[in-house]
Amino acid sequence: MIAAFLAFAWRSAVEPIEPPAASGFDRSLIRHGAELAALGDCSACHTAREGRVFAGGRPIGTPFGTIYSTNITPDPSTGIGRWSQVAFTRAMREGVDRNGRHLYPAFPYDHFTLISDADIKALYAYLMTRQPIQAPAHANELPFPLNVRPLLAGWKLLFFREGRYRADSGHDSTWNRGAYLAAGLAHCGACHTPRNRLGAEKDNRLFGGGDSENWHAYAINTESQSPVPWDASALQFYLRNGWHALHGVARGPMAPVVENLAGVPETDLVAIAAYVVSVMGNPTPARLQRAAGLTATASRNTAGSSPQSALANDVGATIYAAACASCHESGQPLPFGGINLALSIDVSGEEPTNLIHVVLDGLPATGEVQIPIMPGFASTLSDRQLLALLTYLRARFAGKPLWNDVGKSIGDAR
Amino acid sequence: MMELKVNGRVHSVDAAPDTPLLYVLRDDLQLNAAKYGCGLGQCGACTVIVDGEAVFSCVIPILLLQGKEITTVEGLGSIDQPGPMQRAFIEEQAAQCGYCIPGMMMRAQALLQKNPLVSDEEIRRTLEQNLCRCGTHMRILRAVRRAVQLMQVATPART
Repeated sequence: MIAAFLAFAWRSAVEPIEPPAASGFDRSLIRHGAELAALGDCSACHTAREGRVFAGGRPIGTPFGTIYSTNITPDPSTGIGRWSQVAFTRAMREGVDRNGRHLYPAFPYDHFTLISDADIKALYAYLMTRQPIQAPAHANELPFPLNVRPLLAGWKLLFFREGRYRADSGHDSTWNRGAYLAAGLAHCGACHTPRNRLGAEKDNRLFGGGDSENWHAYAINTESQSPVPWDASALQFYLRNGWHALHGVARGPMAPVVENLAGVPETDLVAIAAYVVSVMGNPTPARLQRAAGLTATASRNTAGSSPQSALANDVGATIYAAACASCHESGQPLPFGGINLALSIDVSGEEPTNLIHVVLDGLPATGEVQIPIMPGFASTLSDRQLLALLTYLRARFAGKPLWNDVGKSIGDAR
Repeated sequence: MMELKVNGRVHSVDAAPDTPLLYVLRDDLQLNAAKYGCGLGQCGACTVIVDGEAVFSCVIPILLLQGKEITTVEGLGSIDQPGPMQRAFIEEQAAQCGYCIPGMMMRAQALLQKNPLVSDEEIRRTLEQNLCRCGTHMRILRAVRRAVQLMQVATPART
């Protein structure tokens, strides 16, 4: 039995090659590869904080342990310089490295398997023409037996299907382009789809909301709690700019995603937006009507109009009026004012995680892209005060009961 | 009446609980080092230290500061006896118009209190939140580096 499994799990090495000269790659192919790498957000995981782009070493926290991203520059000894096109394609499509070792699905080959041969070729051309950087891989921190790579063959047997994207003839080419990108290269579901106990995405819960590096990736299917339902043009703007006046700011692990998307062709953003909005489905008339009301209210300057009686006896209301309302009820739209919190998914969403992060740490200026910024309150809000604030925000702006176990979420964020 | 502990002294102030700390420092306590810049927590001119962390005093209502230790530039030393951070800024002549400097000093002070052997990269990253319109950034960075040296030989300022 074990022998049979090992035989099944065993994958051969692909012969190493002499690192190919950059001049051997077609320039337009490299340029196309650059756009694809941005759509795939490769740099976000394969770049350590303050590290060189694509040199790896970034810790990726998972429920199972910490996995470190690898060096995908063409350095011959520590990167992929000796990987042939065949080895690279196999890694993308089957999750096996050049030496024949199974890769952890933190590298989302369950999505990348859908990428076309032509696009994988362009990605290869782009990566193989980057500057080689010597940066040895950092050992993963996984407990036994998860550190035994052949076992990944078993995980793949259960949860991984190699395949290509198959166009859906019931939809137009824009939708299909969006579906191809979202399901494959852009791997939206890697964060936005919930995972089972073995870390595989739940097939029947596509885009149902998931967790990523201690942030929550909101549901972007019919379960979306967005106060104003997304439409394609709003989503396209958000993906391009990292914020939208009726939806707020992309932060946490979504921040590098939108920074990368800032440079991709508009047609691809149109396509992704069309597809994702179709997965969200048509909002009900009641939801649209509520959204219209919220949008109208949000454009008015109501700061300071909170009733004084609320100030007297509700700590949360007092903190909100004193510390939040001057920006969040200024009637100034994003990016210069703060979003009216009735529009914020962080207040209306299924998890409090992101709201807690933003209140504590603010929205720091990045220096890279123009996005709204906000000061953090970690050093001045006690846990008790934060809880009072969250309770008030949830009731007033979402009209919903407080999330379960908020105290634990606050503790985790601290 | 609210009680605020600033630079080691407890003050009773007659201000509404939602008053931003900056207003109380300047209007009630005559501690004028912290400056009003944007009033939105975006420029850093109002930065002070609360329990060891640099915060924007223009957006922190005093109701959140009960029992906390607040430090302003006045708490780092005096004209006669400047503390190491203040000496470093004087010796490097790091001010042009000077409006941002108290905020710069307080954010740098908080950083150095937590990590006395801080790297240049960390100094830059931390001070990025504080804006200077005169363009004295290189002098400010030199001053903070000098403060790192001075703090290793000086008696720590009361904070």
